[in-house]
Amino acid sequence: MDHAADGHQPVVREEEAIQHPLGVYFKIWILLFVLSAMSYAVDYYQVQGYLRWFLILMFMVLKAGLIIAVFMHMVWERLALVYFILVPPVLLLTFVAIGSLEADWTFFQRGVHFLKELIIAAPLSPHH
Amino acid sequence: MSTDTMAVDSLELKPGIAGFMDDWGSDQRAFKGVPWGKAMMWIFLVSDTFIFGCFLASYMTVRMSTLDPWPVPSEVFALSFGGAPIPLILIAIMTFVLITSSGTMALAVNYGYRKNKWVTFWLLFATALLGATFVGMQVFEWSKLILEEGVRPWGNPMGAAQFGSVFFMVTGFHGFHVSIGVIFLFIFSYKVARGHLDDQTPGWFTKRGGNYEEIEVLGLYWHFVDLVWVFIFAFFYLW
Repeated sequence: MDHAADGHQPVVREEEAIQHPLGVYFKIWILLFVLSAMSYAVDYYQVQGYLRWFLILMFMVLKAGLIIAVFMHMVWERLALVYFILVPPVLLLTFVAIGSLEADWTFFQRGVHFLKELIIAAPLSPHH
Repeated sequence: MSTDTMAVDSLELKPGIAGFMDDWGSDQRAFKGVPWGKAMMWIFLVSDTFIFGCFLASYMTVRMSTLDPWPVPSEVFALSFGGAPIPLILIAIMTFVLITSSGTMALAVNYGYRKNKWVTFWLLFATALLGATFVGMQVFEWSKLILEEGVRPWGNPMGAAQFGSVFFMVTGFHGFHVSIGVIFLFIFSYKVARGHLDDQTPGWFTKRGGNYEEIEVLGLYWHFVDLVWVFIFAFFYLW
């Protein structure tokens, strides 16, 4: 077993991996089921308004965190890899900010424009 | 080459922030002790995060800017089993199927590192079947929406036209990821069963020797697919 030839150190890694006890995976698995059931319950019981958004986001973040941390082994990785993965996606928040500014502006413009059309068209077509 | 690499990696690695600074400032490879395939998979997954992130950000933009009412997913995706329609039930079942497959995948990685060939094989095979089930349910969902509800990428009878474009784009791209994952899960089930990872048989495409680390790399991809679904479920189906 000449792993060294391609620069791997599987000997160390395998020992590390074996040390993850199976119980952790089962616990996380059950938690993911419970969290999914709870986020479905938000819809099933028609929770509305800010409470709905808060619950959806909370269950989403918890599920994503558990999957990344345990199933994708991030809690066992070195920070060099962890930061490389977690920091760049934060930039997506910039897109979200730009997108929401633009969307508000578009919404406003459509409102002004379509409202004008409706007023002009109203006498001609009462069903509009 | 091997002696150099081993010498570097046998140096004591510092933990925490100091270790992070040392790793990135070492003027060598930054991801110490991380196998090549795993680092590459993570780089791919970060780029994929941006693709799905951009899809979801665009979805937010079109949903916020439309004057027409947004169709209510809870009603659009309701199914009736003889009685009253149950809201969003198909999507809920798909979510559970995908989470179950994530669990079997995590166990497959673990048993792979234990070199337990047959348990790894059956877990991978189960993961592949669950993934195929998910894709099958998605086919059902799509055909119901297209044929019965009349949803098109350019319009639908329920409200804002953007609903259809976002739905087909986002779930289609995710379903494509799941399908690719299922294909690779079947390929790796075969490789495990044939003992290719035990014997380090070179792969037909990469010509690299088989290794149980490959199961962890495949697992990263599969968990990512589940992870994306968590976000799609929250933002598209529940919001």
